[in-house]
Amino acid sequence: MASDAPAPGATGRPRLAVYKLASCDGCQLTLLDCEDELLHIADRVHVAHFTEMTSLSDTSEPFDVTLVEGSVTTAEQREHVRHIRASTKLLVTIGACATAGGVQALRNWRDASEMLRVVYARPEYIDALATSTPISDHVKVDFELRGCPIDKRQLLELLTALLTGRKPAIRDESVCMECKRAGNVCVMVARDEPCLGPITHAGCGALCPSYDRGCYGCFGPHEAANARALGTWLREAGAPAAEVKRRLRLFTGWSPAFREESERHDEG
Amino acid sequence: MTRDDAGEVEERTFAVDLLTRVEGEGAFTLKVAGGEVVDARLKIFEAPRFFEAFLRERSMHEVIDVVARICGICPIAYQMSAARALERALGVEPTAPLLALRRLIYCGEWIESHALHVFMLHAPDFLGYPSAVEMAADHRALVERGLRMKKTGNALIELLGGRAIHPVSPRIGGFSKAPSRRRLRELRDDLARSVDEARETVRWAATLDAPSFDVDYTFVSLSGERGYPLESGETILVSGRAPVALDDWGDASPEMQVPHSTALHARLADGTAFLCGPMARLHHHAERLHPAAAEVMAEVGLERSVTNPYRSIVVRAVELVHAFAEALDLVEAYEEPEAPYVDAAPRAAVGCGATEAPRGLLWHRYELDAEGLVRDARIVPPTSQNQARIEEDLVALAPTLLALPHEEATHRCEQLIRAYDPCISCATHFLDLRIEREGV
Ligand code: SF4
Repeated sequence: MASDAPAPGATGRPRLAVYKLASCDGCQLTLLDCEDELLHIADRVHVAHFTEMTSLSDTSEPFDVTLVEGSVTTAEQREHVRHIRASTKLLVTIGACATAGGVQALRNWRDASEMLRVVYARPEYIDALATSTPISDHVKVDFELRGCPIDKRQLLELLTALLTGRKPAIRDESVCMECKRAGNVCVMVARDEPCLGPITHAGCGALCPSYDRGCYGCFGPHEAANARALGTWLREAGAPAAEVKRRLRLFTGWSPAFREESERHDEG
Repeated sequence: MTRDDAGEVEERTFAVDLLTRVEGEGAFTLKVAGGEVVDARLKIFEAPRFFEAFLRERSMHEVIDVVARICGICPIAYQMSAARALERALGVEPTAPLLALRRLIYCGEWIESHALHVFMLHAPDFLGYPSAVEMAADHRALVERGLRMKKTGNALIELLGGRAIHPVSPRIGGFSKAPSRRRLRELRDDLARSVDEARETVRWAATLDAPSFDVDYTFVSLSGERGYPLESGETILVSGRAPVALDDWGDASPEMQVPHSTALHARLADGTAFLCGPMARLHHHAERLHPAAAEVMAEVGLERSVTNPYRSIVVRAVELVHAFAEALDLVEAYEEPEAPYVDAAPRAAVGCGATEAPRGLLWHRYELDAEGLVRDARIVPPTSQNQARIEEDLVALAPTLLALPHEEATHRCEQLIRAYDPCISCATHFLDLRIEREGV
């Protein structure tokens, strides 16, 4: 339905912005890694703000689509994300940091002031919140792209869909489904490798199993993920509680499904 | 200080509140009063992420996956420095074919990162555009060439590592899976074409106008047994001084916290600011360059000790030739290893490891317990080492700025900072500082 497409800005092209919060830049780099498509994208959309790519910043009118990478870890970022929300029609969060708090959410289980001391001798110079949280905890988000980093094909599909006003064809299913389509032999069966594939959102193309290792869950849980069943299974297969907990708490550990299950294996 | 009655003491401030076309978030201020620099700061306000803190109590096998997330542009550098440090702690050495594969994937990262910097981040400064996209309107072929080279680098990483950003196969002792000879050889044509395109890039970069500005640098680079410094090395070379053993680097270049940055500053123990990265590598190791790179370097008349940071773009282009040419050689010579990795049993130990990230020396140190859990981690990234040097360059640059129009002077500072290819996410191990924004 063309009527759902964002109304073009003054340049006649939809206005795109890219912002970052606490992150590694990998998800926004995914856009620059679209080597074959980048110049075509730039022909069709007006990149109005994207500091890693351009010195131009045109914030004179609202953006049509804004991609935000990174999690909220400081009071300033909390304000910033509200400001971003107010200046865009569609807000898309990209990557594990933005959608689940990212690897830096590991601090959420620890005493933040102790964390500060480990890295900085003079923590009083620093302002950081005790937690790293996804953007959807703070403002309304229109679409989430998963992954650490996001997948290039999914990003292109999403941008195309938003620009033409159709629904993005991004399936909510597990990595196991992608593994089957890729014709992989299951690593849990063949190699006794613990794998988070059964509970992890598809999108990477079953990368880890294709490279002979278990999935580490960087796309976070899919909708119907039964983390409890997998946690129980891993324990019965002989993994100690501490290990199951660690595996669940990595790049998307703060997502509700992984968090709850990891806490079940918390031995105090 | 302000302008006095006679107008003799004039204060000028050059500043940019948010640096663009760099990785991560930073700003700078350069304040000059009465011809004297009163303040020069590269301000890094990227929010810290505390990697060293949460690496504690993770399994040694998770370290390589975790540290990749410090930086999306140079994840392999983090993975490789961690792998070296952990292997040295555990007393294992990957087999020769596996070490060759490490060099190969690392070549891919240099290509991807250098091509990004040369064409998309830095070239627009020289040609006068806000970005590579606007530049492409007038220089389409140039930008397309850059993108093509970058894509070839990424294709190499994708084949070896599964994906270009945060590859999944690197592990302690090697890789989870090694590529087949057939798949690898499919890359030969692209690599061969890219060697030529990289040579063209050197010729083009050598024609760019660089402001005249020279600095007496202390160059710091890794040195090892295998060729141009990349994926391993046991000694750190410091120009004009004695080499430093890898294990001693943490003490030789202590990191300090400064109030205006969430990144720690490293200097030599006597306070000297030093430079690491492409210019330092070339200074120490020009004779180890691949012949293809050495030839084109001679052709354009580039000296081994480049002391003008604005010309780092030429050095990066020379390293692009090297990375493509070495990658092609490695692909030609590749034999599938018997096993993709060498097994390593956990033990209580300490290990240091360093590699040359695209931006310079990246040093790691880990302490493991008997179960293989991390007890302590320390990471010294290139940009925190270059930060003090960037500030001193700004000070040295100041006298040449006063006669320029304000905008041009400010741009020249920004261009200087960009010439270092700072990687701010890397430098910020780390925390958010309140930034005092001086009113301009
Ligand atoms: S989700 Fe992963 S790749 Fe993306 S910004 Fe965060 S750490 Fe980087």
